[in-house]
Amino acid sequence: MNKLSNDQNHTKEYKKMQIALVGNPNVGKSIFFNYLTNIYVEVSNFPGTTVEIYHGTYKNYIVYDTPGIYSVSSFNDEEKVAKDIIVNSDIIINVVDATHLERDLFLTTQLIEMGKKIIIALNMYDELKKYNLKIDVKKLSLILGVPVIPTVAPEKKGFKELEEKISEATNGIINKEILKELELLKELEIPTAEKLLILEEDKPTIVKYADKLNDFFIDKFHFGSQSFKRPKKHLRRRHQHGFRHRFYENYIPENIEEEFTNNFQPHFHKKHFLKKIIRHYFNRDRIYLLRRLYVNSITTKVISPIRGKESISKIIGNLIIKPHTGIPISIFILYLIYLFIGVFIAGDVVKFTEGKIGNNIFEYNLKKYIAYSSSTLVTVKVKNENDSIIKVNSHFFEYGIKNEIDKFHSLENEKIITNSEIKFTYSNPILTILFGDFGILTMTITYILFLLLPLVIGFYFMLSILEDSGYLPRLATLVDKLLSYIGLNGRAIIPIILGFGCVTMATITTRILGSKRERTIATTILQLAIPCSAQLGVIATLLASVNSKVTIIYIIIIFIFLTLTGTILNKFIKGESTPLIIDLPPMRLPRPINVFKKTYYRSYGFMKEASPWFFFGALIISIMQITGALDIAIKILNPLVVKWLKLPEHTAIAFVMGLVRRDFGAAGLYGLPLSSYQVLVAIITLTLFVPCVTSLIVMFKERGPKEGIIIWFSSLTFAFFIGGIIAQIFL
Amino acid sequence: MFRGEIKNKSKNIFLSSANPKDLVVIKSIPKGNYKSQLLRFGIFEGQVVEILSKLPGGTLVIRINRQEIALGANLTKKILIEKL
Repeated sequence: MNKLSNDQNHTKEYKKMQIALVGNPNVGKSIFFNYLTNIYVEVSNFPGTTVEIYHGTYKNYIVYDTPGIYSVSSFNDEEKVAKDIIVNSDIIINVVDATHLERDLFLTTQLIEMGKKIIIALNMYDELKKYNLKIDVKKLSLILGVPVIPTVAPEKKGFKELEEKISEATNGIINKEILKELELLKELEIPTAEKLLILEEDKPTIVKYADKLNDFFIDKFHFGSQSFKRPKKHLRRRHQHGFRHRFYENYIPENIEEEFTNNFQPHFHKKHFLKKIIRHYFNRDRIYLLRRLYVNSITTKVISPIRGKESISKIIGNLIIKPHTGIPISIFILYLIYLFIGVFIAGDVVKFTEGKIGNNIFEYNLKKYIAYSSSTLVTVKVKNENDSIIKVNSHFFEYGIKNEIDKFHSLENEKIITNSEIKFTYSNPILTILFGDFGILTMTITYILFLLLPLVIGFYFMLSILEDSGYLPRLATLVDKLLSYIGLNGRAIIPIILGFGCVTMATITTRILGSKRERTIATTILQLAIPCSAQLGVIATLLASVNSKVTIIYIIIIFIFLTLTGTILNKFIKGESTPLIIDLPPMRLPRPINVFKKTYYRSYGFMKEASPWFFFGALIISIMQITGALDIAIKILNPLVVKWLKLPEHTAIAFVMGLVRRDFGAAGLYGLPLSSYQVLVAIITLTLFVPCVTSLIVMFKERGPKEGIIIWFSSLTFAFFIGGIIAQIFL
Repeated sequence: MFRGEIKNKSKNIFLSSANPKDLVVIKSIPKGNYKSQLLRFGIFEGQVVEILSKLPGGTLVIRINRQEIALGANLTKKILIEKL
């Protein structure tokens, strides 16, 4: 009985109409979504994290919020996701930015051509005044053939009317020129939406209907027209089969001419004629151009164009882009970011969360609790004010500290009175893995919750402010040329900035880059030359103890290495990087709600994605520790460190610990007696050396095992090679 | 459509050599994925575009229909225009 009603519910749900909220980036879609469904969503124009789709119920509909797109196609993940939702939806609420009608109507007309039922929310209607513009809403509605409702999203103006008219959403009037194009595929029995996508060379759709298309073309070219020679029957079959196979495997829009030529050419009299026919069927550029011309003709009819005065936000926007004002502004903003993240978060906040809460309260009590009833060696290193060890007390509690509680208290008191540390060494290896110094439930949790989380929140908070204000696209424009020397475009500034926070976070963010080539270059630079915040803190402390000459040499060497790596990769990796094409939205004050939501969703998204890998990395290191593999690694490194890098023996431990966490590595150098140039050699080697285990795993996941190994191996080689050369020069 | 214009090639220059405050007509954009991306922003053959600023290194900021768009130097080198 229960099962039956469940099934009924299921079919009911299935029958629910789907509404998709569709629009360009930053038009306020999510405000509509929140209004209709009361579910929190992120607003974003810079895809920093993975594509997450929000949906909720409204009356008898399921409402989907789609990522902001400029048109329905498959140039990136956001577009692919949005495309799938649009194709499967029953009603589309198209949110249009009234102040950017020329841009937004491109998407609107495409949606209409796809034969979808549409209602338009003409949002930001109030802002038209600022631009001294007027839009004839009735005329626009008449031309497009769909309801158009002016709205002001933050004030919920026009929302009631929009709600009332959702059911009046209709198929609009398709541009005659595009209708002609659609006629080309008249015999193909698939939805109009997908016909249009095929004409626009949308690869996934073509692959989806490869079989049908194959039959369609064979019909058209072989049997339909008199001008083509009909191949012999056995040949025909072979070609059909071969074509279908190749269609699936190798279809690339750029290659379509060749693809067809190779398969059908033997049966054609005129080669040129064939090429023309193929261009006829698959021609995104032509359709885009027709659509663009149509949109422009609409906008000239409905907008009364009066040129407005330059507003303050425009003046600020221009100041940021022009180099002589933009560079000082950028330096000032970077300095503010440094103050906020480098000094406030990485310093004060982390000192409290990691040092006090994480180490002293959380880890200490957890370790003590475990030691309570299990065999443990407790060691207390008593230190004086200068952090040097005066004496070491230790006691082995064979049956746990509960049996000799007084002894433990006397040890503990010594810790409290003086500045010293207390260490628990468990006899049971499993307890060491879980609760030891590198324990999964001790170190990793402290690391994730009390060190990484504040940093990640800090970074995403800054990024959201920069993004919401419209500063980020302008910064990308400003640095575009510089980054082009290393084969990247301006957008790559985002992962690079994030890299100074956490290389793992930045490695995930390289997804926003336009091509595989750029992602490889950016990831390599991040893994090799960008020190993360945890490491920067320790490096800064070490550098403060030596003269400033060393600091300058360090920065120069790292910078030269970064530039060289980028230039060489740019030269040797095949292909071409994508050029910068970026929309510069007007500058505005960031809206707090928006900033907090973005920060929350991005931090949450990152922690959810990366945390398991931190645990996995910790597990590997713990196992290495108890099996003795860590000691072997240190022994292997020893001669390299002593003879080649000319550093004290113990530095090898610091390097291997660097694998666990890059800052551990550098922190291990604190206690060692190093000369200025030894400090230089050590921190250069550490900066270039393998990043922490987690960033390594994430890199393998993002870039694949082959590239991962190459980047990892070159990181190892360069670290010791360059560190060694510097040692040979200066020491 | 464009055959006639190719004859007058001497008039056409690359977008990279346009200067701020120029009004230019786009003459040709090379094929490729970014041609479509540009079309979506309203940049296509025959369209009039206003040059807003030019950064050292050649990154251009243009305005088209009240919308500002930044274009990388490696792209502007490939787009043919004619000054108005």
